[in-house]
Order: sequence, then C-alpha cells, then structure tokens
Amino acid sequence: MSTQPDLLYSEAEDDLRAAVRSLVTDRSDHTAVLDRAESGTPYDDGLWQSLAAGIGAAGLLVPEEFGGQGAGHREAAVVLEELGRTVTPAPYLTGSVIATETLLALAGAHTGADGGGDGGGDGEAAGLLKELAAGRTVAVLVLPLSASAGAGLPTGPTVTGVADAAAADVLLVLRADGLYAVRRGEATVEPLTPLDLTRPLAAVTTAEGSGTRLSAADQARFAVRRGLLAGAGLLASEQLGVAEWCLEETVRYTRDRYQFNRPVGSFQALKHRMAQLWLDVAGARAAARNAADALASRSTEVPLAVSVAQAHCSRVAVRAAEECVQLHAGIGMTWEHPAHLYLKRAKADEIALGTPGHHKEVLAELVSLPGPL
Amino acid sequence: MTEAAELRLRVSEFLAAHPPADTERGAFLSARYDAGLAWVHYPAGLGGLGAARSLQAVVDAELEAAGAPDNDPRRIGIGLGMAAPTILAYGTEEQKRRFLRPLWTGEEVWCQLFSEPGAGSDLAALGTRAVRDGADGDWIVNGQKVWTSSAHLARWAILIARTDPDAPKHHGITYFLCDMTDPGVEVRPLRQITGEAEFNEVFLTGVRIPDDRRLGPVGEGWKVARTTLMNERVSIGGMRLPREGGMIGPVARTWRDRPELRTHELHQRLLTLWVQAEVARLTGERLRQQLAVGQPGPEGSGMKLGFARLNQEISGLEVELRGGEGLLYDDWTMRRPELVDFTGRDAGYRYLRSKGNSIEGGTSEVLLNIVAERVLALPPEPRNDKDVPWKDLAR
Repeated sequence: MSTQPDLLYSEAEDDLRAAVRSLVTDRSDHTAVLDRAESGTPYDDGLWQSLAAGIGAAGLLVPEEFGGQGAGHREAAVVLEELGRTVTPAPYLTGSVIATETLLALAGAHTGADGGGDGGGDGEAAGLLKELAAGRTVAVLVLPLSASAGAGLPTGPTVTGVADAAAADVLLVLRADGLYAVRRGEATVEPLTPLDLTRPLAAVTTAEGSGTRLSAADQARFAVRRGLLAGAGLLASEQLGVAEWCLEETVRYTRDRYQFNRPVGSFQALKHRMAQLWLDVAGARAAARNAADALASRSTEVPLAVSVAQAHCSRVAVRAAEECVQLHAGIGMTWEHPAHLYLKRAKADEIALGTPGHHKEVLAELVSLPGPL
Repeated sequence: MTEAAELRLRVSEFLAAHPPADTERGAFLSARYDAGLAWVHYPAGLGGLGAARSLQAVVDAELEAAGAPDNDPRRIGIGLGMAAPTILAYGTEEQKRRFLRPLWTGEEVWCQLFSEPGAGSDLAALGTRAVRDGADGDWIVNGQKVWTSSAHLARWAILIARTDPDAPKHHGITYFLCDMTDPGVEVRPLRQITGEAEFNEVFLTGVRIPDDRRLGPVGEGWKVARTTLMNERVSIGGMRLPREGGMIGPVARTWRDRPELRTHELHQRLLTLWVQAEVARLTGERLRQQLAVGQPGPEGSGMKLGFARLNQEISGLEVELRGGEGLLYDDWTMRRPELVDFTGRDAGYRYLRSKGNSIEGGTSEVLLNIVAERVLALPPEPRNDKDVPWKDLAR
C-alpha cells in the first residue's frame, strides 16, 4: 500500500465514543456486570437495545442499502474500545462484527473482485443482515471463540466454546455443504463455565440439515474467514480498551494508596512499570487503529495489520491486567474489586481468534521470515 | 550410642507403650508431645528434648514406619510455623505450657491477625487499636484485619495492635494472643479472584484481652512479630520438590499427552520455563544443604520471588497452550477450602491463584527491596516514616 493509514480518531468517532461511554457508564458499572454474570444472565437487554439500535452501533459495518449506518470498522473499533474498558457483556464483537462481516461477504456487499458470489442465498443473507443492522436480531457464528481465520474450522454437529450463543437469536452454522442460519429454538445451547465471566461460552448442537442454507461451501468458508479476520482485527481495539482501563485504574490507585508515609505510586520501581505499560499501550493503540483502518479501507495489508495488532495487543492487555492485579496487591486479588474481570477477559482474549503465537506464524509467512528448516 | 540411635530407642519404647493401632489419635498425639517427641528441638516439658532440630527427621521416619497418626501439619500450619516459634521465643512459662501442647496436637487451631486493609506491605503502620481498661485492666481491641486464613476454624490468633499512637510506628505495637471465640470477634469470608474464599476478614469490636495474654513487653510487638514473619517466609519458599514437582509438572504432562496442542513458539517458551523451574529447584536444594551444614545463605530471601514469578508464567503458558479449553473454568462456586493446593484443580485456577504468590507473605516488590538492601547492602530507600509519630503518618 502506498497510502499511509489514518491512525487518528475522527471527530465523528470521538462523538460515537462519547455516546457509548455515557451509555456504559450509566448501565454497566462493575458491580452490575459482576452481579449479572453471577446470576447467569450476564447480558443487559436494555443496554444492548440502546447500543445496537439507539446508538446504531449494530449497523456500523453495514452499508445503508442493507439498513446499516454505512460507517465502518474504524467506528466499530471505537465501540469495542469502550466495551473493553468496561468489560461489558454484549454480543458486539461476535454479532455486530464477526457474524455481520460474514453475512456482508455473502450478501456481496463491498466484496469487489475478491470474492462474494454466485447467489444460493444472497437474499437470505441480505435479509438477515438488515435484521442485524437494525439491532432487532443477534446472530453469532457457531465456531469456538479460539478459532482463527488461518486455521481449520470445525463442522461437526456439536461445536464447543461458542461465545455469546446465549444472546443469539440466530446461529450461523458452518457445515460441509455451506453456511446455515439456524434459529436458536432449533438448536441446543448448553452453557459452559467460562474463565471470562463477561463473555459466556456454550456448546451448540444443531441437527444436520436444520435451518436455512445461506451459501455453498466454498463461499461459506471464504465468508467465515473474512468474518474471523475482521473479528481478530477489531478484537485488538477491545484489548486496547482493557489495557487502558487497567493502566488508568492502577495509576489512580497507586497515587491514592499510601504505604510508608507516601503514595506507593511514588516508588520509582512502580512508576517505571506503569511508564513502560503506557509505552506498550501507546503501541497497542497504533496497532489497533492500523488494523481497523486497514479493514475499513479494504487494504491488501489487512492480514498483516490484523496479525501485528493481535500479536501485540493480546500481550499488552494480559500484561496490563496482570500488573493491575499486582500493583493493587491484596485488594486486586479480591472478588469484590473489578481487576479480576479484566484479568479474565484479557487472558481469554489472548486465546480468542488466534493466540499471539498463531498470529506470529501467520506473519512469518506474510513478511517472508520463515522458521528454520 | 549415637544421639540418633538413642532417639530411635526412645521412639520404639514410646511405640511399645502407645501402639498406634490401639491408641486413639488425640491420646496418641498428646502422649507423643509429653514424651518430648513432638518437636525434639523444643525444650523438655514443651514437647521436645532440647535436641538438634535435624533429629526430628529420625523421629518422624520411625513413627511413620510404625503407622502412627500425625498432627495433620498442613491444617495447623500457622500454629506450627508461626505462632509456636514466637510463643517459644517470647512467651511466659505459663503461656508456653498453656498454648503449645494443644497447638501441636491440633486440638486448637491458630490464625494470624496481622495484615489490615491499610497496612499491607507497610505492616508496621497497622491501625487496630488496643487500649488498656485502667492501669491493670484488660486490653480492649478495635479494628479490622484481613487475609486471615483459617480464621473461621481457629480457636486462637496471634494479633498485633497499636498501643501507643504517639510513638513512631515500629515502637507503639504490642503482640497479643487473641481468643477467637470472644463475642467481639466477627469472621467474614473474603472471596478472591478464584471464586473461593481461602481467607477471611476479621472485625474486632471491643474484644477484651487479659494482660496475661500479651506476648512480650508492651510496645515491643514489632520485634516479636519479626520472629513470626521470618518463620512465615521460610515456610512459604522452603518446600522440597522432585524434578517437575511444582507448577511445571501439570504443563509438562499436558505437553506430553496432547501433541495436537504443541506449537514451536510454545515449545521454546515451555523449555525456557522448564530450565528455570529446574534451576529454582536446585537453588532450593542447595539452600537446604547449606542450612544442614550450618551455613544459611541469603538465597532464602530470593526463593519466594522466583517461585512466584515461575508459577505465574508457567500457569499463564498452560492456559494459552490449552487454547479453547483454556477459555473454560472448572467452578466459580464460592467455597471455603481448608487446604489450598496451588497445583490442584485446572489450569485456569492455577493461573488465577498464582497471582497471589507475588502478594501473600510479602509482595515481590518488598522482597526485591530486601534482597537489594540486606543481601547486596545497597543504600536503603530514603525513609520519612520511621521517626514520625504513628498518628501523624499520611494515609
């Protein structure tokens, strides 16, 4: 690519951030998140309606012809930063990014010369897309959260580790002969106990042949991979939000916490750790913006930008959350303090949509740095 | 006859008089204490024989071979590891006689009321107050303690409280033995990030402690507490492990059993951690050998540091290695376990629990300062808290 990526935030993106932040600040404080997660109903339907339909976040990736906002990945990334900052349980990454991007690929929107297709369900996919964009329906891909665009994808009747299936009305099931839309009522969704309490996982079983076929096999795989790639790219923005909160909260706490007659944040050993974290977060912001911008502009550099962002941001989020617990010390180890919600989200995000190791292997190929013979 | 042979004879006579098969456990343990075979390095009359500490192994081996019951040392670890050496060092004869026997037999469980929400790394800044009710009266204690394991099971606690707020923080503390059944003691479970509550918060409201349960002189509690804390760090870092005996064991087994999970990147990281775990094990072994020949090395201060970092990195790697399975957790149910096994349960539990290893019993940051200042003799941090009256400290 010859043009430089735009790594800043536009005014419209700032406005969007302000709207989402105000919503989640109102409705998704840590106590509420933890209480809901513990009660087994982590999602707040009202919050989702306000986010998806009210603010219109569900349709950010969707062109206006399909009832969306005609915005793009840069804006969706801002939403994910805010959801990450508050570890809000919401099917945004899974539904409004991954499933939506998959359906966009099928509906032939903006696919240009790189794929899309030969009918077989475009009408169905387009119809579903409109439902998603309006925030009336939530769809998720029936794939493990750990699945990545560059690896094998399971097609069995039962798929385990599916994120946000409990929040979905429609399940997009990859089978040997194509992608199917299955109403949740026709599927068995069995909740699992997740490490990350704020992103529920389930084992999903659908009967062979159930649901509506949206596309043929090749097209389905292409579309699903595109969905997963966009998901991985924008997950970096969620990780950025997680890391940012962890750093800000740690700075705030160590400024206020006195031991040895001084704020613990005045100890150089601790200051240096937070300063180093700030450097890493600055890098994470650049990498996450780059991935979002590449996705938005359909750059040929998308795979590279996504893998760079994932290889970096996954680690930064985990380290920021681990440092957050350690520098809070005792209080950070308690269930009552929110630090653990971020630690669990960061650790799960590290595995989600390809581990940093996986993304480094992808990069090795993309940038011609092969491993030893 | 050598001392060891003499001791073996003593044990066999004891076993003949108290055959484990026919003796009730409590009676056996009490008799063992009275025979001086509980902790042979303690004085005669207090469960010991005034013998060398190393000879305890001889007694333990003989008793184990005879199928004798033990005192379940893990259940009463705080009593054995921390309260007992402190009572032995600072207790009156009456206190030693009253407390050590039921402590050792496990009849009375002990807990430690030291840390407070506002006094963690800076323990000496603690604010729980003990005020004397008249010149010769009881002490009345008010305050809050935190991170107290076994508080809900304990009959007694070792407690430090502020008795002189006008003195600099290290000088206004007094050490007490607190009755956990006193009506002013309230124990609440403290749930932690693993979902369970290994620890408790303890609220002390008007707790009455007679002066004969003060340990050591008034105002010298910090000195007494240092004895307790030295013993705590020894017990945290000092376990003997076989190769792959610690946190590296489960991940090594997973690696061998699950070839489909392996990647080149994880392989190199695993091997790096494996080498570090083996070196940490050897360092511990060398430390024990130094101790055995009476040359304790400063490596002891570093053992807990290495153990904490390794546990965290290894368990973090294991969650990542398990991929999709690493996204799951075994159980978030709130429980109050009696015993804690860092390597028990699944990888997610190990990952979360090990986060506490660099906090409990002295944070890694504090321990690094100790290594820097006491081992390397580097100049200390500038301090402005040592000579200020406690009441004037910023908090």
